[in-house]
Amino acid sequence: MAETIKPDQVHRALEDICDAIEAHKEYLSELDGAIGDGDHGVNMAKCFREVKKKLADTEATDIEAPFKAVGMVVLNSVGGAMGALYGTFFLRLAKEAAGLKEASLSDLVRMFQAAEKGILEIGKAKPGDKTLLDTLVPAVRALEHAEKEGKKLNEAFSIFEQAAEKGMESTREMIAKMGRASRLGERTIGHQDAGATSCYLILSAMARRLYE
Amino acid sequence: MKKFINDPYDVVDEMLEGFLDVHKDYVRKLDTARVLVRRDAPVREKVGIVSGGGSGHKPAFIGFIGEGILDAVAVGEIFTSPPPLACLEAAKAVDSGKGVLFLLGNYAGDVMNFQMASDMAKAEGIEVAQAISTDDVGSMPREESSKRRGVVGSFLGWKVAGAKAAAGGTLEECKKAVEKVNGNTRTLGVALSPCTVPAKGSPTFTLAEDEMEYAVGHHGEPGTAKIKMMSADAITERMTGEIIDDLPFKKGDEVAVLINGLGGTPHLELYICYRRVRRILKEIGIDVGLSYVGEFFTGLEMAGFSVTLMRLDDELKGLLKAPADTPYYKIQRGG
Repeated sequence: MAETIKPDQVHRALEDICDAIEAHKEYLSELDGAIGDGDHGVNMAKCFREVKKKLADTEATDIEAPFKAVGMVVLNSVGGAMGALYGTFFLRLAKEAAGLKEASLSDLVRMFQAAEKGILEIGKAKPGDKTLLDTLVPAVRALEHAEKEGKKLNEAFSIFEQAAEKGMESTREMIAKMGRASRLGERTIGHQDAGATSCYLILSAMARRLYE
Repeated sequence: MKKFINDPYDVVDEMLEGFLDVHKDYVRKLDTARVLVRRDAPVREKVGIVSGGGSGHKPAFIGFIGEGILDAVAVGEIFTSPPPLACLEAAKAVDSGKGVLFLLGNYAGDVMNFQMASDMAKAEGIEVAQAISTDDVGSMPREESSKRRGVVGSFLGWKVAGAKAAAGGTLEECKKAVEKVNGNTRTLGVALSPCTVPAKGSPTFTLAEDEMEYAVGHHGEPGTAKIKMMSADAITERMTGEIIDDLPFKKGDEVAVLINGLGGTPHLELYICYRRVRRILKEIGIDVGLSYVGEFFTGLEMAGFSVTLMRLDDELKGLLKAPADTPYYKIQRGG
């Protein structure tokens, strides 16, 4: 029997995301302020406070339910590009998890692939554009690779987290191609992208709950 | 940060509470989402005209809800796109069966959220089209004009769409009319001081006492250059010249001129700049068919102004002159 994660683990992982965003809201705004409009931390915090309230009323009956509840709140609370992108992220995770009472590593690989695809479709950015994709895409690739190599679930998510972190850090050397920062061109080099950073906070909070 | 606010998280809701009371003869708020609609929405047998975007641009967007302009506005946080559910509820509230036109500026968040709302509305059987404004010459070079920001030229698009819809235009005709506006409209802005987003608390850029921000965005996005202060005539000439060359506007064209205050510049100065634009156009032989001076689309308290030129034809001129009755813009019948 392969190892799996259970709905209550997902629920706790999602709560961890809320705490991670709240704890880093000033840092996110600071990063965003350097090349964007500086409100990323505030908007993310506002959004994930709503998520936390929603999670308190959501029963983790299966894998889909908590992801779906979070996705709907993220999509429709604060708005902005981040609302659309992260809302899509969680809703695609939910959709791919439909009917699952527990999730194996291969289920999780499929779920993250679907989430990645959703963000690529809605955001129209590519890896290398200095966006959250530069965190997400290498993390999903690493997860796929770990599964192929027959890693255990906790090892796979440890590798996933490391790839996400490296991806986030790689945005420092990139030129922004999307959003308001793109109008600054080369002036964006040297600054880590705020969206890539919030994406890392989300992925790492989930990963830690899954590999601990 | 010095502002007359309470909790920075509450500014939009507190503003709406005041606005809705003052303008209750024109607008009401939906229960389902943060959306303001015309009191009498949906208007029967009319295409619904919906816009939406971040707050902080008064009188845009909500000041132009009413007869002849917008039917509904999805209201976002300060400088933040509204979520898809709000855009969808706006569409549902104004649809009379003739379809709904979404009008938005070219910003990543607005484009994504309205796209998702379009998909949802279509899934619910509402016919939806959208038009995206890209009038800001300062935001991208001409070769990449489709990536430009939409700024105050959006107001002219709303007016034209609203008038076309009021005249019985189909969804496709309304969309075509707005696209014609966008294709013929160019704007350029300059700022003397930045704005401060309440939730951030610090200014969007810094300027020395003798500098201005050239080609600034209406969210306080830094422009293409910090330039030395110059006279009203000199800066107006530089901006107008760049706009004329971009389209290009030519001798014999008839245009609408719009001088828009960005929030912290007195009308006195706007009229001085308008006067110079008028003279430049006269020297070239461009006719001014319509003129607008005032605040239409601001960026909080930013001091600055923008120049907009829109090339007119009979259709567009007629639609701009058509009656309108909204809190911030009124044209009487036969006016």
